[in-house]
Amino acid sequence: MNWIYFILIATSLVFGLINGKLDSVVTAMFNGCDVAVKIAISLIGIMAFWLGIMKIAEKSGLVNVISKMIYPIVKPLFKDVKKDNPAIGDITMSLGANALGLTNAATPIGLKVMKELQEDNPNKNVATDSMCMFLGMNTAGFQIIPATVIAILAGLGAKNPTEIVIPTLIVTSLSFIVAIITALVLRTLWNKKENNE
Amino acid sequence: MISKISLLILPLMILIILAMGMIKKVPIYEEFVEGAKDGFKVSISIIPYLVALIVAISMFRASGALDYFSQLLSVVLDKFSISADIVPIMFTRSLSGSATLGIFSELATVHGADDFVTKMAAVMVGSSETTFYVLTVYFGSVGIKKFRYSILTGIIADITGIVLAILVSRLFFLANIG
Repeated sequence: MNWIYFILIATSLVFGLINGKLDSVVTAMFNGCDVAVKIAISLIGIMAFWLGIMKIAEKSGLVNVISKMIYPIVKPLFKDVKKDNPAIGDITMSLGANALGLTNAATPIGLKVMKELQEDNPNKNVATDSMCMFLGMNTAGFQIIPATVIAILAGLGAKNPTEIVIPTLIVTSLSFIVAIITALVLRTLWNKKENNE
Repeated sequence: MISKISLLILPLMILIILAMGMIKKVPIYEEFVEGAKDGFKVSISIIPYLVALIVAISMFRASGALDYFSQLLSVVLDKFSISADIVPIMFTRSLSGSATLGIFSELATVHGADDFVTKMAAVMVGSSETTFYVLTVYFGSVGIKKFRYSILTGIIADITGIVLAILVSRLFFLANIG
């Protein structure tokens, strides 16, 4: 992450200098700060709402029921999660919300998952295997209906905007599987490497 | 039909959760407020990570570096007859959702909503997830600083998505053009 960050900023500054766009790079820098805070502020309400709803789901035992159902399937993927951790149920709900395109629900539930995974984490600065797996699944962007894209196409008068649904579904399903396999392979490689150090 | 179902899911989900709470005699109002309290804390705690990420991406775009790398890549992709207009989407789809949708709207307007390039771009955007945003925000919210192999996993999944979007949309939409 340190290297990626350094390269991003350094390239921007060098390119800004060469292209004579250094002033807009600096403006972008300050605008970026502003945008970041605005995103976080706009998250507060929706975050509070979903964490409230999820608290009820947890207390009523709903999350627990889902956890128990899903646990045998996902156990090999999330080896370091204990059986009574509500994370498994929340992982299912988070990925489910993502799949349905409910981004507003997916992020708060996903952040709740991270908090629960962090509780089992012996080293609070370092990501666990389960976290990497969960985020791998998340970043594959599995989605059943790409609603925003369809809306844009429809708005521009496409004849059949929903024809992208099936191809998109094929792409996201396959990338989802690839993400899981990648995370499993890298888990083995990384753990070997880290044990040797 | 499908879009109607997806519209119903959210209200239904909330109803089921609340109803389950009532059946199990959970004090739903108190528990809701209790859970919602964390909303503020979590949102505020991700600010430093968001600032770091969004600043870097904004600078990268403003400096013209993104355009330069897009051009570089489009030379290669031209050989596979992939429109150069799609290339910026390949970069931004992992970085910023709003920027990607902006580029996509522009592309769809220029090429027309029923054009092959638009459809390929639509599949590419529809299957995207802002990997770096997810990693920063999710890890940031719990204070993880060492991401280990999650960045590599995300990038591999993203590249797979791009390649598959190209292949699958060729398979689906190119035959129609003839």
